[in-house]
Amino acid sequence: MNEPRLRIDQAGALATLQDAGRPGLRRLGVPGSGILVPPLMAIANRLAGNGPDNPVIEAFGPGLRLTALAGPVRLGLAGALTARRLGPQGEEALKGWRSLTLAEGESLRIDALLAGRLAVVAVAGLALPPQLGSVSTYTRARLGGLTGGPLTTGDTLPAGPTPVGPDWALARPWTPEAGPIRVIPGPQDDHFTPEALATFLAAQYRLTPEADRMGLRLAGPALAHRPGRAEIVSDGTVPGAIQVPGNGAPIVLLADGQTAGGYPKIATVIQADLPRLAWSAPGTALSFQAVSLAQARQAAQRQTAELEALLAGTVPLIHGEVDAAALYRENLVGGAIHALAPEYRPLTTDPGEP
Amino acid sequence: MPDPDTPPRLLDLGDTALTVEFGTALDPALMARVLALEAALARARLPGVTETVPTFRSLTILYDPDQLPREALAARLADLLDSPAAAPTPGRHWRLPVCYGGEAGPDLASVAARCQLPQEAVIRLHAGTDFRVYMLGFLPGFPFLGDLPPALHLPRRPEPRLRVPAGSVAIATGLSAIYPWESPGGWHLIGHSPIPLFDASRAAPALLAPGDLVRFRPVSPAEATTIAADLARGRLAPDSFLETQP
Repeated sequence: MNEPRLRIDQAGALATLQDAGRPGLRRLGVPGSGILVPPLMAIANRLAGNGPDNPVIEAFGPGLRLTALAGPVRLGLAGALTARRLGPQGEEALKGWRSLTLAEGESLRIDALLAGRLAVVAVAGLALPPQLGSVSTYTRARLGGLTGGPLTTGDTLPAGPTPVGPDWALARPWTPEAGPIRVIPGPQDDHFTPEALATFLAAQYRLTPEADRMGLRLAGPALAHRPGRAEIVSDGTVPGAIQVPGNGAPIVLLADGQTAGGYPKIATVIQADLPRLAWSAPGTALSFQAVSLAQARQAAQRQTAELEALLAGTVPLIHGEVDAAALYRENLVGGAIHALAPEYRPLTTDPGEP
Repeated sequence: MPDPDTPPRLLDLGDTALTVEFGTALDPALMARVLALEAALARARLPGVTETVPTFRSLTILYDPDQLPREALAARLADLLDSPAAAPTPGRHWRLPVCYGGEAGPDLASVAARCQLPQEAVIRLHAGTDFRVYMLGFLPGFPFLGDLPPALHLPRRPEPRLRVPAGSVAIATGLSAIYPWESPGGWHLIGHSPIPLFDASRAAPALLAPGDLVRFRPVSPAEATTIAADLARGRLAPDSFLETQP
């Protein structure tokens, strides 16, 4: 008997399978990879009835279209998205932060993102063999995923049995914290002029469209290095490290970012603020604030508690008619909805690297 | 020249990583200290240390601050740095075939011209060097090899290539390397090696390790093709390019 499967009809700009990542191999030059926005993975998996770190589809921008084959497939949709269920009975408009059970032959299409640059879709019961400890796709070394690369049209994912009972929604959507992006200065803050350090912490920056799983480029005032200090003999990097090449325009490394680099790192984004930075849409304005390690710990603990509270507040959907949708709209009205279409544009080649 | 015993600097790399910086230069003595601390840390098995990343001149330690606060990690590092280093694990000796020039090394002629040497001399210098693996990085399994003879020192290419083929042997900035993967790249391509440097199906996915020694052996295009075919069919194991220890 055929097990239910989920077919990728359209992958949008970039859709990859990701989980919590592939730790322990940075010393071999293998980045940890993994989901760029961990709260979205936790939410999508909770809605789909999966364990929190089950592999999920991470999609940049709208355009993802999926079809259930050989049986029903339950999905968990995390993201400020609008979508449509397409089936023999016609179309149904949907929003995110809910599960959705596709009957055999039905499709889901993500039409737009109302905020952020990516959405996450969990597939109930999805089980895939890990490679080097993870299903996370790392395209540069053809690791993880189905074949080491992004999902493409015609790929199918093995779904598990659909959980019994109604679909679920979050009582309120995930809304990332507002306020400056908090950083720990260094490790090479002494390679910058005092004016550059002051500018970095005072000025407004914007996320450019140039962003992928390796990193994102910021637009704003250039940051000047001290004379002769624009390059270093390579040392270790982590996701969140803010590299400043010779042109002075900062790049924030993300999950697929290389494990070492030759540009001075002016500061490093604290782990609690990295998900919202990676999630934010092109054009988003942001500023940086230096914090202590103790403040970073408090932020991480508060964020963990908030996510747990959010996950605890799931409500059943009756007839697809949604009390949660009203809550959702209410919550969204106050938030900024970016007029800019989310866009995916890979980082251009970095001439400072081998 | 810094004092080899200068205490390293502890530099925070965010709230979950710390870089122990032994120096700022490219120097085999610094690398030896980096690898010694990494080995000591591995022996100490500190709960909360999640990964270590050795680079040319520093050791980056990823840690879980809920299990191991930064102050506790720093204190243990101070102990480890104070205690006498164990004898370093001797690096393995590799002899890797390289097909120089032609299609395999499209920049050999320009490198020779810029270094004002005949192409044969570039090959002789490169293949006559005992390279040490300083670190792996940039790409999985990508070895930074040093030091290149001064006669071959060149800056990066002004225009990086968008596609450097996997297996390319390259030089720039006083170093040499082999690209394990097709990728963009700005170094000068002088040859090609058929040996796969990273294979996720192997118990140790990266062929080379920091501290290993590499010497290149020039081979003809025909021999390189034969080696590649034998490797692909499993008739030849990558480990067979290890030099047997005397």
